[in-house]
Amino acid sequence: MFGYYLHLAWHSLRRNRVLTALMVLAIAVGIGAAMTTFTVLHVLSGDPLPGRSGELYYPQIDPQDARGMMPGPMPPEQVTLIDGMNLLRAKRADRQALMAGGTVPIQPDASSFDPFYVEARYTTADFFAMFGAPFLYGHGWSGADDEAHARDVVITRQLDDKLFSGADSVGRALRIKDTTFRIAGVLDDWHPNPHFYDLTTGAYNYYEQVFLPLQTALELHFDKNGSNDCWGNGTGGMQGGAYPSATCVWLQFWVQLDSPAKAAAYRQFLVRYSEEQKALGRFQRAPNVRLRNLTQWLDYNGVVPGDVRLQAWMAFGFLLVCLVNTVGLMLAKFLRRAGELSVRRALGASRRALFAQLLTESGVIGIAGGSAGLLLALFGLWMVRHRTSDYAALAHLDPAMLLVTFALATGASLLAGVLPAWRACNVAPALQLKSN
Amino acid sequence: MELRPILSTLRRHKITAWLLVLEIALTCAIVCNAVFMIGQRLERMDLPSGIAEHELVQIGLGHIGNSPDAIAQSQTDLAALRQIPGVQQVAVINQLPFSNGGSSNSGIRLSPEQQQDTLEASTYYGEGVLPTLGLHLLEGRDFRHDEYADFGTVIADLRNGDLKNLPSTIIVTRALAERLWPGKDALGQTLYVGKGLPFRVIGVVADLARPNNLNWGVGYSTVWPIRMTVADGSSYVIRTAPQDRDAVLKAAVAALKQLDPNRVVLVKRTYDEARHAFFANDRAMAGILVGVIVALLTVTVLGIVGLASFWVGQRRRTIGVRRALGATRGDILRYFQTENFLLASFGIVLGMALAYGINLFLMMHYELPRLPGIYFPVGALVLWAIGQLAVLGPALRAAAVPPVVATRAV
Repeated sequence: MFGYYLHLAWHSLRRNRVLTALMVLAIAVGIGAAMTTFTVLHVLSGDPLPGRSGELYYPQIDPQDARGMMPGPMPPEQVTLIDGMNLLRAKRADRQALMAGGTVPIQPDASSFDPFYVEARYTTADFFAMFGAPFLYGHGWSGADDEAHARDVVITRQLDDKLFSGADSVGRALRIKDTTFRIAGVLDDWHPNPHFYDLTTGAYNYYEQVFLPLQTALELHFDKNGSNDCWGNGTGGMQGGAYPSATCVWLQFWVQLDSPAKAAAYRQFLVRYSEEQKALGRFQRAPNVRLRNLTQWLDYNGVVPGDVRLQAWMAFGFLLVCLVNTVGLMLAKFLRRAGELSVRRALGASRRALFAQLLTESGVIGIAGGSAGLLLALFGLWMVRHRTSDYAALAHLDPAMLLVTFALATGASLLAGVLPAWRACNVAPALQLKSN
Repeated sequence: MELRPILSTLRRHKITAWLLVLEIALTCAIVCNAVFMIGQRLERMDLPSGIAEHELVQIGLGHIGNSPDAIAQSQTDLAALRQIPGVQQVAVINQLPFSNGGSSNSGIRLSPEQQQDTLEASTYYGEGVLPTLGLHLLEGRDFRHDEYADFGTVIADLRNGDLKNLPSTIIVTRALAERLWPGKDALGQTLYVGKGLPFRVIGVVADLARPNNLNWGVGYSTVWPIRMTVADGSSYVIRTAPQDRDAVLKAAVAALKQLDPNRVVLVKRTYDEARHAFFANDRAMAGILVGVIVALLTVTVLGIVGLASFWVGQRRRTIGVRRALGATRGDILRYFQTENFLLASFGIVLGMALAYGINLFLMMHYELPRLPGIYFPVGALVLWAIGQLAVLGPALRAAAVPPVVATRAV
């Protein structure tokens, strides 16, 4: 029966080619625009570490002076060096890492390369295990290496390809800003997006190429980047080795807590720590702590650009207009075929049969529109990739979104077909025959 | 024109008519807001920076290995850059208006006891900021040479709590002066930063936009007598004639490389390029909005044409009868035009309410101002015009139906 409906649909669609083209086109551009923006939104609001994000927490404490205190303020979004080191050494979480971003010059031995700058992350031992960074060769450094200011470095596969043509470079030397480091490990491709562990360097498409111990970097006065917030007479410091003062927050501190009970306990620890520091006279405010997990932290920071959300809303509105348009055209078309339909009714076709026939027709339009819309979405994403925003390179259609496209297109046009089909199949057989 | 027959016809096609009204309403609402947002973006892209935009080039350097005496090197660099033909002014400046990346800002207070900062002003450091950027000094004076302090010394003094040698003068923008001391002369006033460090205003410049965080107040900027070096992350800013920019940039990079080959050029651009890059997202968004408007109007026009054509086809016999009974072609034409006018009017009324609602939503979530009232009548006129244009083709075809159709079977 379905084959016969398809046959009928094909005939009917061919009879009004312009109208058919119009309906397919409307669905196609609507779906194309919606899928382009939804894909971008989907990519940007994705989970950077699926499976791990629930156990990662970003503790915040409030070390600011009493001046300008308002009721219910948010604690600063980063930590001071002193607090960071204290929390790190307290080791109250399953894993913890303190970190800051920077830029370092690499001085390759081979004279064929000019020195070049790369983004760097100065961090502590647990970073790799906590964030599940995959190693291609070797491994990270240990907590003892942290305290010993070891000249150890972990590089990315990309840098390994560039400097050592992809060979296992563990144990080899790498010169960074006039200091020789030993390569401890090479990371396989690892690009968490958004760049959740440090949003101050840009939320998307920001990748470090070298990772080295924080205390080593501080000792060697490596340049830092990212932002700092200061109070009192604190100064942010600048490149050339002047780090921000003690009254500035400029480092990120992450912890891994494997159960909600541990998270609650860690929160208590943060409150106790704040009380202790207040007793010591370092903190002036009452304990003001937050412990957000990764997802909450991304939400709190509103990492998805407002423009992207706006575009998604707009595309949704556009899709709605396209659908209304299609419903209108289909309704007009189906109602005009009242004569034909009533003949079929008079010859014994049930209402359900007519309904199925008309829905088949709208389904065909949906599939045609969806296919064309998919092409348009691919083109749209290609356009997005050629823009200059930092997230541009991430705009790719994944299999899940591909399925959603098709489901959306057919679903939308079936939905658009329901009302017209129902109206049209309610035609009284005899009446229509008479009027003709 | 008699409206009753039109209305009664529409009543027989209630759902179809309502769908068309709904489509026009949605289009109207989205297009009104989209046009408004384009205006907002263009306004933003058009903000004045206050500097001689077309005469500036910027060079940022990174030092490989440990840097030598940064102050001495900056002096040598500056001397060399001044020798380049075409160079009018050179300065080491920490930041430029409308540029991405970090920015330097400071909380400003009006008295040392004040608890909350009045506002967050951007802070421009560097010797010779005014002549190099081409700022327009409205009153007061520029800093004297002996007022400048080295950035490194200032940082060290602040850390040691040794505050007596800190600079104590500042230049502010007119926007900042009017915000801090409305109706008063800003010259000679004192503002406070940090733990009550006083700075006396010695000059007011017309405009100087901040690098980013524009929502903190585009024009709230200050210039400080603090001398920078490239090692502090500042960059060389050169002022030259617009037509010399490329040549000067090339010669300057060559001269700097020659002075110390152990450096990497991190930034090398004209200011126009920097500004262009800063507003790239706004430009893209404006482009997308234009695309949305065109697409929406096209779909709606095609929808109107499609539906009108259908109705004309459906009513051929009726039209024939009317023609046979004495209606002129003009009558038929006007019938369809009036019908469209009625539908469009319903759509516009509904659409305006919807546009207002969407605007309220955007105001809540995207810091957009209220939609100006002028959008409503203009939007209505545009949609009426578009509706009439769309229906013209089918209406003319309807008018061309000969009376003899009435006598034939369908």
